[in-house]
Amino acid sequence: MKASEFSDAFEEARQEKGIGKMNDQNDPVTMVLRHKEVRKCAHNWKTFQSGAEPGRIVIPSEVNIRDTRQIPFEVDPPMHKTFRDIVDPWFKRPLEADYQNGLTKIIEGVVAKALNSNSIEIVSEFSLPLQSRALTYLLNTPYSDADLWISWGTHVFRSEDSDLDAGKANILYDYIDKEIDRAIENPSEDLYSMLLASEVNGKKLTKEEVKGVIILTFSGGRDTVINAVTNSISYFAEHPKSLEIIKEKPEMINNAVEELVRYFSPLTQMGRVVTEDTHVCEHAVKADTRISLCWASANRDEKVFENPNEVVLDRKINPHVGFGFSHHNCLGATHARQILRILLSILSKEVTSIEVLEAKENIENLDNFERKIGFDSLTVKFNK
Amino acid sequence: MAKITFITSDNESVTVEGTSGSVMELAVNNNIKGIDGDCGGVCSCATCHVYVAPDSVAKTGEASELENDMLEFDDLTNEYSRLSCQLQVSEDLDGVIFKVAK
Ligand code: FES
Repeated sequence: MKASEFSDAFEEARQEKGIGKMNDQNDPVTMVLRHKEVRKCAHNWKTFQSGAEPGRIVIPSEVNIRDTRQIPFEVDPPMHKTFRDIVDPWFKRPLEADYQNGLTKIIEGVVAKALNSNSIEIVSEFSLPLQSRALTYLLNTPYSDADLWISWGTHVFRSEDSDLDAGKANILYDYIDKEIDRAIENPSEDLYSMLLASEVNGKKLTKEEVKGVIILTFSGGRDTVINAVTNSISYFAEHPKSLEIIKEKPEMINNAVEELVRYFSPLTQMGRVVTEDTHVCEHAVKADTRISLCWASANRDEKVFENPNEVVLDRKINPHVGFGFSHHNCLGATHARQILRILLSILSKEVTSIEVLEAKENIENLDNFERKIGFDSLTVKFNK
Repeated sequence: MAKITFITSDNESVTVEGTSGSVMELAVNNNIKGIDGDCGGVCSCATCHVYVAPDSVAKTGEASELENDMLEFDDLTNEYSRLSCQLQVSEDLDGVIFKVAK
């Protein structure tokens, strides 16, 4: 199988039952697999809540490794909107031309380095630095901070031998605590300072709330962006014509990015806690159990997408849920989209072909399902 | 050439002219507040939600099934809702008024 082929792990279960089951640390999950049902459940925040015990809606659950509530992600309406109104303008800055110019310079630097190497490992030497440097830009913190974050590796909670590494999480938390104290003493133009100066219902955000937003910013956009970038590189390597086509028709870039996000679905699923006995796809789910909104399955739903298992770079109508759906849609989506759009634009102009030298797949194990989510490593050569 | 009017949520009315592209693109190019067009017009983000003025409905026509599916789960949806990325700018839209949902 080609490196860039990602099969649909949920096809059979989605067609036959509409749901899947998995056990996550003795807190089982009913996975919702159909596009329409996923969107329906995502919209129904009263029955399927986000504001549960911190860490519980994440799969694998992070209940055992954190107490800090991630904001606005683990808050339900109407408070959710209050927080979202504070952070949205900040996270929408990637729509501005100036912001895009700055981001372009960062990504040009990463691509130039790849072009000058004989071979490059994309996950750790390309996507990780790209994501980390772009994050300095999003937080409006010094560019050099990225070096520290790069040293932490590709996931803030996961390490080589564990899906949930508390020691690793604590490094991030200590770092964030210090940054918040610094911003209290010396306010600047960064996200910490903006949050510390903000109010909810007439009260300044607490340090814990600021920390909750920052943890979300670090963890939410980390492996997702890294996978999206790495997987896209594998696609272009094995479909060299597509870079040529994009070069000729740069107006396609937008559709191409949305399609790559649909196909690769960088985040497989997100959980919710059920607040009352109810049904999904005619299967009973009990109060205080968990469901998951399986974006990856919804994005391959044959009832919605023609040729769901093919990358159709110029797919016009593409109601994918790669960035989630409804109130809790991805806060970093605008930033992620700009990263991918700029990356495609630069690659199509600067790179003629990419050769895959070695690929080691990263397979997510979800009990009954095995899903390829990206690569542990992908070594390639870029040709000018 | 079509003259199209947007009324934003703070009740500002802006009339702009366009010949091609989608209504979302026209709005974004003219910095109409409340229309972001995050997904670039592929019907995935709903950040281009508008209400068609009742007497303009005849000119805009009906939403497609996928567009309606998308709007079905938006709290702000009403019978005049459209995703402006799914509306093409043409002479037919001359004089149409859109209220921005957000
Ligand atoms: S611009 Fe995204 S749905 Fe219209």
